[in-house]
Amino acid sequence: MRFTLLGLGLMAWMTSSTTWGEDWRQFRGNDGTSVSKETGLPTTWSATENIAWKVALPGRGLSSPIIIGDRAFLTCSSGFRQDRLHVVCFNVSDGSVRWERQFTATGRTMTFPKICNATPSPASDGQRIFALFSSNDLVCLDLDGNLQWFRGLTFDHPNVSNSLGMASSPVVVGDTLVAQVENDSQSLATGVDVATGLSRWTIERPKRANWTSAVTLTKASGHDEDLVLLQSSEGISAVQPATGKSVWSYKDGASTIPSSVISDGIVYIPSQGITALRPPRGSANPEVLWRAAKLGPSTPSPLAYDGRLYSVNGAGVLLSADIKTGEEKWKLRLTGPFSGTPVAAGGLLYFFNEKGLCQVVKPGDASGEIIASNDLGEMFLCTPAVANGAIYVRSDSTFWKIANR
Amino acid sequence: MNCRKMFQASRDGVLAAGATCLFLACATGISLAASLDDNLKAVRAVGSEGKGHAAAIAAVKELSLGSAETLVPLLSAFDNAGPLAINWLRGAVDTVADRALRTTGKLPADKLEAFVKDTARNAEARRLAYEWLIKVDASASDRLIPGMIRDASPEFRRDAVQRLIKLAVAAREEKNTDPALKLFREALAGAVDDDQVKAIVAPLREMGETVDLRKHFGFLTEWYLAGPFDNTGTKGFDVAYPPEKGVDLDATYEGKMGKVKWEKFSTSDEYGVFNIAKQTSPFKGAAMYATTTFTTDKARTVEFRLGTPNAWKLWVNGELIFGRDEYHRGTQLDQYRVQAKLRPGNNTILLKVCQNEQTEEWAQDYKYQIRVCDSTGAAILPAPAATTSRVDR
Repeated sequence: MRFTLLGLGLMAWMTSSTTWGEDWRQFRGNDGTSVSKETGLPTTWSATENIAWKVALPGRGLSSPIIIGDRAFLTCSSGFRQDRLHVVCFNVSDGSVRWERQFTATGRTMTFPKICNATPSPASDGQRIFALFSSNDLVCLDLDGNLQWFRGLTFDHPNVSNSLGMASSPVVVGDTLVAQVENDSQSLATGVDVATGLSRWTIERPKRANWTSAVTLTKASGHDEDLVLLQSSEGISAVQPATGKSVWSYKDGASTIPSSVISDGIVYIPSQGITALRPPRGSANPEVLWRAAKLGPSTPSPLAYDGRLYSVNGAGVLLSADIKTGEEKWKLRLTGPFSGTPVAAGGLLYFFNEKGLCQVVKPGDASGEIIASNDLGEMFLCTPAVANGAIYVRSDSTFWKIANR
Repeated sequence: MNCRKMFQASRDGVLAAGATCLFLACATGISLAASLDDNLKAVRAVGSEGKGHAAAIAAVKELSLGSAETLVPLLSAFDNAGPLAINWLRGAVDTVADRALRTTGKLPADKLEAFVKDTARNAEARRLAYEWLIKVDASASDRLIPGMIRDASPEFRRDAVQRLIKLAVAAREEKNTDPALKLFREALAGAVDDDQVKAIVAPLREMGETVDLRKHFGFLTEWYLAGPFDNTGTKGFDVAYPPEKGVDLDATYEGKMGKVKWEKFSTSDEYGVFNIAKQTSPFKGAAMYATTTFTTDKARTVEFRLGTPNAWKLWVNGELIFGRDEYHRGTQLDQYRVQAKLRPGNNTILLKVCQNEQTEEWAQDYKYQIRVCDSTGAAILPAPAATTSRVDR
């Protein structure tokens, strides 16, 4: 039987690796950068052009889609109190629903009206889906929709909630899922064993509302060890995913809305504008490389791409800066407002605004150009996903696959 | 070795063991019942902080492999289960029902409908049974929903109310005023969600009907207040000022700005909002205490539903029910839901409401609304003539 299962696993892997490109397994992609290796994505689309499919959703949400092989996963919430939790698996080939599972919120579901319970994005280790909601209910399903375990983090810690809603998306590092649930009354971060749902560790965090998501430094990308960088109003705490032990910290404060991004081993933190930080070796202090006050982002997180750092300010102006110095190179006024983080692929930047408009920007050395503006007419608050030659984006009611046709 | 131990013994062999176990269980019948009961017991035992996960993970895998005939036992296991266990069971029900529907195109509709009709069963399980039932028999909706205006499931109530609103609106459009009035009144009797209440009350008032929303929702509107006490730097939230040690309406306390006494207030706001800033003073860095009595004729568990943009603590009969130190992150009706046990006779309600020192315009609200209701949100009204009496001493 072991042999049979191994054979099936190999077949699944071969199918996955030969038919499908790189997955998009969590908020802002596998490495949390919003950068995809995909090329040849469409630059223009409309209701009738380059839409591979669009499907109606069973509930609201601004969580990002994630893509595993031939499947797309989304979370939604529904009901008068937004207490019905949905995890939906779609076939990316045609948008048909492969399965849907529903659960009931055990934590508080109140949010700012614009958002809803399905705000944090799900994450995956490639075998399981981890769906976290604003109510801090955490569902683990396998890729076929079989429940693995269910946790209620607010059920466990009743003051872990925010009347405006929670938004931090979990990250998977090795066999640990790290969830940050931070607000004014009680804040914590926990590292959960992906197989059992049991917390390996739980640590207190600053008592301050925080909607940012963690980023990871990994051994695979050249660091001494895997570290999860937890952002808060106080700064950054780098913790070991298996133990929760803090290895180093940055204490000059940071935003509680846009999240940090890591590129080539440097952490770009929304702190006093943007602060570029070189992580230390061992437990030494991190090194501040540069700081640029004008680069301070609004809601979207910064984007590091092709030697530039991009940030969208509160006026909807895109700022392009030298990633090594923070020096501003050019700016470009976009049509906002924006909630989702832009994505980059094939030398282009894609900005979905809250009015349904996606502005495709071709960045250059001295200037940037909007080469297309594509309107789908619904409010986009999510960060899109990119995989399989397509862009996946959702509104409160619709899920689109945008691909060349 | 029973089925669960087999699963625990070899994670790699879990699928094989599951299939074998299911085959053996189906073949013997007796084994199936034993296995099902054991698995349901394991899932129902899950608790906070991952309690019982090891056994429940193995059990829910087996349960998820069950046939459609296991749906009713799975749904029955919702009875008296905790909120976490109910979600584990939901996962198994959805998986079993989804597979049965996809592979056979059928579900045991008669059994599901009987389960929906059995109001002694868990309301959430009945609703889940209904949602699968209407996938194979859409006509069940017309048979079942009209009788659910006071159902224990808020979702059933909502559907029943919505149906009546639709009929009432149609009757009104056809100038059938008396039938419309009757339908709107009937809808209001079951309505617990504010959007539906608003959709009913507006036309009722246009037709000359008087509606008391304070009574409909069960807001507590008459209070004795004492304060302000010091909450500078929000530190007063954790300070047990004298009212927390016992409510004495004749007492005088040392407050933040001098001596304070209990003073009687009421609110005429139809949503029961008591605006401390406007009806007393826009205190900053302050803690106010509010107390009232609620009289019942029997011991019962109720929900207190509170809305406030300020930090708060709630005591019932001297027992701290819940507290939360969040300021100005928004407020709405039923923002917080907490359960409490009431005893027969007078029950002393004590609420502490704290204001911080933020200076922004949007951070000046200092108010609360609170109501008493059942788990569906339907008002529980006090026994006559005792609600506004002085607190027992």
